[in-house]
Amino acid sequence: MTVYLLCFVLFLVGLYGVITRRNLIKIAISLSIMEFSIFLILVLIGYIDNGLAPIVDPGSNAQVYVDPLPQAMVLTAIVIGLATTAMLMAIAIRLYRKYKTFDIREIKNLRG
Amino acid sequence: MDALIPLFVAIPLISAFLIIILGKLVKGFHRFLAPLTLLVLLIMALYEFTSLGGTSHTYAMGGWIGDGGFPVGIFLVLDGFSVLMLCIINLIGLVALFYSLSYIAKYTAEANYYALFCLIVAGMNGVVLSGDLFNLFVFLEVSVISSYALVAFGVGKTELEASFKYQVLGGLASMLILLAISLIYWKTKTVNIADIRNVLDAGYSKSFYVFVQVLLISGFGLKAAIIPFHAWLPDAHSSAPSPISAMLSGVLIKAVGIYVLIRLFFNMFVFSHEIAMVITSLGVISMVVGSLLALIQWDVKRLLAYSSISQMGYVVMAFGMGILLLLKGDNEPAAILAIGGGIYHMINHAVFKGLLFLNAGSLEYRLDTRNLKEMGGLSKAMPVTSTTSFMASMSISGIPPFNGFFSKLIIIVAAINGRFYLLATLAVIVSIITLAYFLKFQRFAFFNKAAGKAVQKIKEVPFPMSFSMIFLAVLCLALSLLAIPSVSETVLRPAIDVLIQFELYSTTLIGI
Repeated sequence: MTVYLLCFVLFLVGLYGVITRRNLIKIAISLSIMEFSIFLILVLIGYIDNGLAPIVDPGSNAQVYVDPLPQAMVLTAIVIGLATTAMLMAIAIRLYRKYKTFDIREIKNLRG
Repeated sequence: MDALIPLFVAIPLISAFLIIILGKLVKGFHRFLAPLTLLVLLIMALYEFTSLGGTSHTYAMGGWIGDGGFPVGIFLVLDGFSVLMLCIINLIGLVALFYSLSYIAKYTAEANYYALFCLIVAGMNGVVLSGDLFNLFVFLEVSVISSYALVAFGVGKTELEASFKYQVLGGLASMLILLAISLIYWKTKTVNIADIRNVLDAGYSKSFYVFVQVLLISGFGLKAAIIPFHAWLPDAHSSAPSPISAMLSGVLIKAVGIYVLIRLFFNMFVFSHEIAMVITSLGVISMVVGSLLALIQWDVKRLLAYSSISQMGYVVMAFGMGILLLLKGDNEPAAILAIGGGIYHMINHAVFKGLLFLNAGSLEYRLDTRNLKEMGGLSKAMPVTSTTSFMASMSISGIPPFNGFFSKLIIIVAAINGRFYLLATLAVIVSIITLAYFLKFQRFAFFNKAAGKAVQKIKEVPFPMSFSMIFLAVLCLALSLLAIPSVSETVLRPAIDVLIQFELYSTTLIGI
């Protein structure tokens, strides 16, 4: 239970960052933190106490294996997260070139 | 097994790849390949539409069928509702792409534009076809990430700002969706939509799933820009290049937002009264507030973007009413009417909002401004744009004989039949407000006296742009035919049946 709570705390840390930070790069980092808290939850869901890596070996006796599906899903999700972070960083750098600042208070053309 | 189904995802992915690789070597290759891809996809979608006839086809990826009623692999499912969505996506995609042929020529890096366009279509086709939650999430990200890039395609100050805002909120939405998917997997040990339904039928803890449903409503609500989650939409849809705005407003918010919400709440979750009330009230709020916000806009594309929010409110409200009526159980004809009206309005909205954004694009192409105050007197100079946008405006504000009138009428009749008198009144009032702001658009853009600029020099837009607009305008009239009972029986009925007989989705898919 503690582990799940810690994941939730990590999620809140990220959310706090997204809401309060004023720097584009810090917002991107906070989003990544939130993302990874969810990846951790996803991995924890497949975890079974004393479970082995799910590679079935005919020689070994019956043992407990962890659930491999969340692991496969989390790998896919990490790749997607990489793509979104790269995209976010690219836009942040382009914004810096246009406005000469990372401060979102200075970047507010769109209103209404 | 239907071998055509995976091609809906594979063909655009391959052509995106080829455009990037070969586009630099062969001149004009991308201008030829991308429309051809969309044309092939449209023909395939129409073929599936005629051959399906109320049944559903499935395709097991990699031949992983599974046994004993447990699906192992990823399933792609094509039924009456998804085939209709496929037709809209590829039709609007083809028209927008044909329009881009001359519109996008002013930008650099054309090849990247066409490749991203193919990717966005691949992602949406995948979302619509997927029968597996996690696979759906992956395809959703494919289409959404390419839309982030396309919104920022102009690389100006506003485009980049809008794209950043869109990405932060879109990223938040993706996380909520992923969290919901992992929680569902935790409880049910499966991510197959049909299988989840079977597990839920055996009994479930209500409070846990209410939490999951709220997560999903906020996640997909952010993608679909239902009102409390709408902050990114007016910025992103007004900053993108116009054909992309037509794609985003016309198809993307439906395919990755509304469609998924409806599919999950009808075919995966067991109905509950509270959630149905939440969906209906969200729809009503975005219908009313969206139209009021559109009234005060002076930027053409922002006005259209807010009107998208308002029209999507109609669709969400119709489906919410459908769920409420199905739960009551004593008035199934009204529920069928409400759901049919929702689907019909969704198709119509794709056509006329696509057309309106293309019109706005033509204005921007010739005048280099989106501000209504700087336009005026264009009805003589741009007859095609003027006529088509007049047709689309009348259609969206519900004037007969255009398609928008009939779909709104069906929704209002369903509301009256189901004894939702307040909702019916609000729908009529919002329709009048819609007429008001589209008359404002017409008056200031086309019929007013010219505001300073020399209007005489302005010519009509080139052929690909005017042809796409005329095509969609004709479609606006032609879609009114769907209001005839015998036509809607063949076109809309299979889609309605999928949603009304919600348990069939799980039983037929598992029984492979």
